[in-house]
Order: sequence, then C-alpha cells, then structure tokens
Amino acid sequence: MTKIRLETQALSRRFGALVAVQNIDFKLAAGARHALIGPNGAGKTTFINLLTGVLPPTHGRVLLGGRDITAMAQAERVKLGIARTFQINRLFRGLSVLENVCIAVAERVGAARSMFYPAGRRTDVIDEAMALLQTLKLAEVARHRVSELPYGRQRLVELAISIALSPKVLLLDEPAAGVPSAESHIILDAIERLPEDIAILIIEHDMDVVFRFASRVTVMVGGALFAEGTPREIESNMQVRDVYLGQAPYRAAHV
Amino acid sequence: MSVAVSRAGDAAAPIANPAARALMRRHRLRWWEALPWLAGIAFYFAFPDYLSFGCDLIVTILFALSLDLALGYAGIITLGHAAFFGTGAYAVGMLASYNVWTEPITALLLAALAAAVIGFLSGLVLLRTAGLTLLMLTLCTMALLEQAANMGHAYTGGFDGLPSLPIAPVFGVFEFNPLYADTQYLFALGVLFACFVFVRTLVYSPFGQSLTGIRENILRMHAIGSPVRRRVLVCYTISAALAGIAGGLWAQTNAYVNLSALGLDRAATVLIVLILGGYGRLYGAFIGAVIYLALEHFLAQIYPTAWQLGLGLLLVLIALFARGGILGLGEALWRRYGGKLSQRRRDGPTAP
Amino acid sequence: MNAVADIAGIVLGGLAAGTVLFIVSVGLSVTMGLMGFVNLAHGAFAMFGGYLIVLAMNRAQYGFAAALALGFFGTAALSVVLERFLYRRLYRAGELDQVLFTIGLIFIFIAGITIVIGPEHQTLQLPAALSGQLNLGFIAYRTYSIFLIVIGFLIALGIWLTFERTRIGGQIRATVDNRRMAESLGIDVDRLFTITFAFGSGMAGLGGGLGAEFLGLDPQYPLEYLVYFLIVVSVGGLGSVIGVYYAALILGVLNFALTLYLPKGGTIFIYALTILMLLARPRGLSGRKEQ
Repeated sequence: MTKIRLETQALSRRFGALVAVQNIDFKLAAGARHALIGPNGAGKTTFINLLTGVLPPTHGRVLLGGRDITAMAQAERVKLGIARTFQINRLFRGLSVLENVCIAVAERVGAARSMFYPAGRRTDVIDEAMALLQTLKLAEVARHRVSELPYGRQRLVELAISIALSPKVLLLDEPAAGVPSAESHIILDAIERLPEDIAILIIEHDMDVVFRFASRVTVMVGGALFAEGTPREIESNMQVRDVYLGQAPYRAAHV
Repeated sequence: MSVAVSRAGDAAAPIANPAARALMRRHRLRWWEALPWLAGIAFYFAFPDYLSFGCDLIVTILFALSLDLALGYAGIITLGHAAFFGTGAYAVGMLASYNVWTEPITALLLAALAAAVIGFLSGLVLLRTAGLTLLMLTLCTMALLEQAANMGHAYTGGFDGLPSLPIAPVFGVFEFNPLYADTQYLFALGVLFACFVFVRTLVYSPFGQSLTGIRENILRMHAIGSPVRRRVLVCYTISAALAGIAGGLWAQTNAYVNLSALGLDRAATVLIVLILGGYGRLYGAFIGAVIYLALEHFLAQIYPTAWQLGLGLLLVLIALFARGGILGLGEALWRRYGGKLSQRRRDGPTAP
Repeated sequence: MNAVADIAGIVLGGLAAGTVLFIVSVGLSVTMGLMGFVNLAHGAFAMFGGYLIVLAMNRAQYGFAAALALGFFGTAALSVVLERFLYRRLYRAGELDQVLFTIGLIFIFIAGITIVIGPEHQTLQLPAALSGQLNLGFIAYRTYSIFLIVIGFLIALGIWLTFERTRIGGQIRATVDNRRMAESLGIDVDRLFTITFAFGSGMAGLGGGLGAEFLGLDPQYPLEYLVYFLIVVSVGGLGSVIGVYYAALILGVLNFALTLYLPKGGTIFIYALTILMLLARPRGLSGRKEQ
C-alpha cells in the first residue's frame, strides 16, 4: 500500500451557478507521477487553485499527509510543501534569473524576513539558487533579465522557482505550454530528473508527454472526475476517446 | 536537505558565476555614492544665501525617498502620501507650539511614531484593495486628515497654521536661527543621511528583495509562500514613518506648520519628483528633487505659467517615453553606448 | 413652515449641484470601466467645454443652446484627437504612468487656459428664461436649478436606455464586464472606446458649462474638483450609469448641507463616508460583490 501524500474529499467549487469543480475525491501517492488531463474548461486549473489555497472550496476537504489543510492560507501550504507552476508565466520579469530563484530560496529558508543584513551576504541562498540553475542548465543565463530570455527558457525559470521551494508535492500546470516543440524536451527532461520522492501532478494536453512521463492518469470532464487509471487503461477507454474527439457533451454542469 | 544542492554536488563552485558575484557585491558602497553628501557639504559653503532653499531640498529628498520605499519597491500606488508628511509636521508643530516638547531629535522620532501609527492603521484596511480603489482610499485618507486639521483649529491653528514654533538647540548647543538657516541645514543634512543609510540597508536586505518581488509579480510571491500582506504593511508603515520625519523636519526648519503639509499639491509634487528622478532606484529621489526644485525655484518665480506648462509637457513625455525617469534614461543610454565596452572588459576573463 | 423651505432648498440646491457632478463624471465612469484607464484629466475636458460655452455666449453672442452644443462637440472633438495620439499609447501601461500622464495633461490645460484666456474667473450669463424663480407650490426656487435637475434626469435616463436597449450599449456592458471575452466575440473594443471617450468627454464639457454657476470656472478647475469626480466614480461604480447618478446626487446634497452648516472642515464627513463605503464595497454602489 503506497502512502498518500495529497488527498481531496468531495472537493467542490462553484462560481455563481457554474460548478467548476464537482465533488472530487482524488489521491496523489508519495513519489507519484500523475497526469491530470481533460478538455479545455474541465476545471483542471481551478482544481489546482483549490489545492494550493488560491481559492477556498465551496465544499469538501483537502488533506496533506492526512492533515486537513482546507482552511489554510496559501503561504502556510507552501511551507508544508505544496508548490506549483503557472500555465502562464508569473515571473519577476525585471529581475535576473538568479534573483528570481534567490527570492524563492530566501523565502523558504526564512531569510526574507531579515531587514538589516545584506542579501548579498546570504551566500547560502545564492549558492543554492546557483546550484539549482546549474542542474537546470540555466547557469549561463543566470545574470540575464528574465524578460530577455526566449520563452522556453522562461518556462524553465518558472519551474526553477517552484523547485527552489523544496516541495513534497509539485503541481505543474501545463509546464511546456506555448514552448516550441523543438525546445519542449528541455523542460520535460528537467521534470524527469526531479527527485523521485516528490509527488508530481502534471496538467498536460500533449498525450505523448503524458504517456512518456506519467504512471497514472486522471481525466476530468465538466468539473468532475471522469476516469482514472494507468496510461494504457486510459488510452483504451472508449469514453475518454469520445470526450477528446468532442462526441460527448462535456460542458461544465449548470445547476 | 535541499533538492538543488544534493543534485549539484559535482558541479563547479557556483559562486564563480558572474551573476552570483554581481548579486553578492550589489550592496557594497561605490565611490560615486559619496557624491551627494560631498555636494551637500559643498553647498553649505558655496551658497550660504540659499541655505533655506537647501533645507527645502533636503526635506523633499527625504519625502521622495520615503515614497520610493512604498511605491518604487513595494509597488503601492498612492496619491495620499502627504497624509504622513502632514502627520509628522503637525506632531512636531503641536508639541512645540504648546511647549510640550521642543528637543528636535526626539521630536522627529515622535513625528515618525505618529506617522507610523497612522500608516499602520490605515494600511491595515487600505492595503487589501488595489487599483483605483486604493488610489481613492489613499487620497480620501489624506483629505480626511486635512479636514480634521482644518476643523480642529483650536489646536492646529486651522487654515493659518501654527507660526513661530520654538525649537530647542540641537544637542543643547546649536541654536536654530530664524534668519539664517545654517544650523537647520546641517541638522537636516544629518537627518537625511541617517534616514538614507537606513533605507539603503533595508533595500539591499532580503526583505527589500522580497518587496521587489511583490512589485514585480505579486501572484508569484503568494505562490512561493511569502506573507505578502504583512510585508507590504510593514513597508508601508516604515515608509509612513520616514515621511513623518520629513514632515517634522519641514516644520522645524521653517518654524511653522500649516495645512499645505497635508494637501493634494504636496502629494502630487512628491510623486512627480520621484518619478522624474526615477523610482525604485534609491537615488531617483535625489536627482528628481534637485532638478524639480531648482527649476521651480528659478522658473516658477518669474514665469509661473510657463513653468506649469513645461512641467506638464515633461510629465507627459516621461509617461510616454521615459518611464524610468532621468536615472532610467541614463541607465538605458549607458547600456546602449557606454556600458558595452566596460561590460565586455568585465565579462571577458570569466565568461564560460 | 420655514424648516420645510430650508430643507427643500438644501435638497434642491444639492440635487442641482449633484446633477452637474453626474454630467461631468458619467463619461469618466464608463471610460474607466471600459479600459481601466485612470484618467485624472477628465476634469480638464470639463473645464475646456465650460470655457467654450461661456466664451461663446459672452464674446461671440451665441445663444445658450447653441453654446451648449458647441461645448459638447468641441470637447468631444478635442478628446478624440488626444485619445488617438496620446491616450492610446498608454492603455497597456501601468496605473502609475497613466496617473503621471494625466496629471501632466491637467497642468498643460491649466497653463494653456491661463495663457490664452487669463487666470480670472469666468461667469455664465444665464438666458432670461432660466434666471428667475420658479414657484413649485410649496417653495419658490431658482429656475435654473430646477432646469438642471430635470436635464440631468433626462440625460441619466437617456444614457441608461442606451446602455440597456441598444446594440452599442450591450457591447459596452459586455466589454466592461470582461474585456477579453468581448474581444473574442468580435467587438471592436478600440472603436468602442474612442466613441465612448468622445461622448464622455463631450458630456464633461457640457457639465463644465452647465455647472459654471455652481462650481465656478477658472483655470484651477480640473485640480479643484478632481477629488469629487473621483469620489463619484469610485463610489458609484465603474461603468455604472445608475450608480454614478445616485452617488453624484448624494454627494451633491451632502456637500451642499455640510458647507452650509459646517463651513470649516465639514467635508470631513464626505471623505469618511467614502472610505467606509469603499471598504465595504470596493467596487462601488452598483458594483457586484466580489466572488
């Protein structure tokens, strides 16, 4: 029996009459490589927002390692080890790549509170950020402003910031979205090389990526869980095929 | 314990990277940082007839510096920063006018405290909002204080203010001479220096770095677990305290306080000064104040309308073409022309 | 009996002043709602229109109606030029740049008017038909104030109907609601904005002239009333005609009463109320609650 890192029970979220996430029971095992797929508007990003605490659920619970974190603020959840990336880059665009990562590291190690000690003397923070950039092959652009990097590299910085938080659970929202296919392998390689004990949930549209990376796949449709299984099971599931070919109705349910 | 370090055991020493070295050196003093202070002292000897102008200049620099912390570093867009300037000015003015407290240094600390309390209390509720609502709330808070000062004329002197404030000698020795502002000038310069050292330290600390992060992308700061609201509130309170010191200093060097300390005029002027110089840059406050006040002093007296027209055109041009202000413009030019050579020289031996 | 007349006088005077605030501010509310553009220079358009109207009557002997039309169209035309060449460049800029740019514009307008016309106060010569007193039965009150209240009501009704019943009104509401969605539905947001900007500025110009009696008219006008226009818009709610109408009327009456009874600092209550109001409902009177 594998240990469950993150679990949701009957998790729901409405926006007025629209039920974006409906009654989801979901388990993410320790060290999982889990993909979350589903058509546009299926509620995948809303689901991530509920897990990270950006949005409060209208109903249901979120458990981290068995502990109820439903009422916890986003910052507290990060401290407990939930990190995420965004579908659209959210970077400190005017700062250097190294500074982007340093800010995250400083926050994690608790350095960011100190007001009267120069950041430049926190060599532990800078060392760690630099080492992380090296593993992601970003060291040679460390001094460049993020806004000056090509998009693929920016996505990598997006990943670097979340890894800098030493997460136990990493939620990746379409990490390779918008990256030209010639470069997307850099990002996928980086994700594959992440330490095995991190539980990873990845939202992804590209089925090749899903099959290459995930050992388990969950399909979301219309805000609800539609199917779950190994990639092979999902691939041979005719209903899932229908959904992706647009033959079944999958609009968000209205109440 | 960290993912990154455990994976990078065999990598070359990361500190050798120029980016890391640049970051480690950033807080160090550079030679040109002595220039404003040398200029400040030189001004004392070179322009003995302009020392009260010099006091105004110092007060404006300090006020703009306080705004820079809130606006340039934490990204709080406020139209009401004079609320704190005025609080400090009235704190000093009322304490002195009723002979409660006239010692100038401790009076400034009390001004800072009063402004910090107002900043903290208003920030507690205002900083939850953003955009137009925040702009309006800061503006209304300031207007509220202005009207309160107007209403409480029994204590504040109302529209006429409190004239001829008694100020005790600095360190019990150096008297403020109402006719010749030499003591005032040096005192003000000293206060500015102390405040600047404080702000500079703050800006280069990890705390300051996280404020920059909040300005650059607040959503990301939330996502990396930063207590954004608390940081912004702390920053706003410190900024208010510094503005309070600026206001107190203004009251002391002029030996009066009136409603102009709290008005939209003053709030807009300091915003213009800071943006003219370049915000989020620490020295923008200095450049902006010197240029603005010098132009105002010499042009506004002779051609007030032309001054206003020129200022308007300047603002429009800055907003359209030079968003970093004068310092930003200088940096851009340096990067394009002057910077190339020296950067190549610096990178040469260490480039991978 | 006297008390009734006093109260009626305050209410009518306040409503008339509020009507002027509404006519000036309504365009600002819509353009800010559409583009999120913080246009502090809106009052400058009101001043410009006011000067056109007053000068057309005093120096060029225009009739009242003709002068009002000139004020509306002249201001609208000027605003289109500024929108096309300047404002447009800053739609995607931050609030700070917009604030700076529009403060700059205010200064340019103030200096421009001072240089061309002069710093002195301008007075509106009311036509004979509007300058007397009107007997309302229980009270006789200035005809012009009554005229303003009625005109303001008709304008509010007209704009509201346009919003609710016409195609362009629907497009405006959709865009205020969700700009990206509106764009993807094929609404030409740029064109829509130019039209509403011109109309809103024209209204401001009209309000500047109609209100010259109450608010006065001199080169400092855009700075003097800036806070009031902003209060009306933020309390009323961005993009909301009804909200702005109510906010303007309430502010008008409150301000009228306070300046009468508490001339020293009485407006403190207006600011306090605005702060409380905005804290309770950051999107204003008509703004829907945040989800």
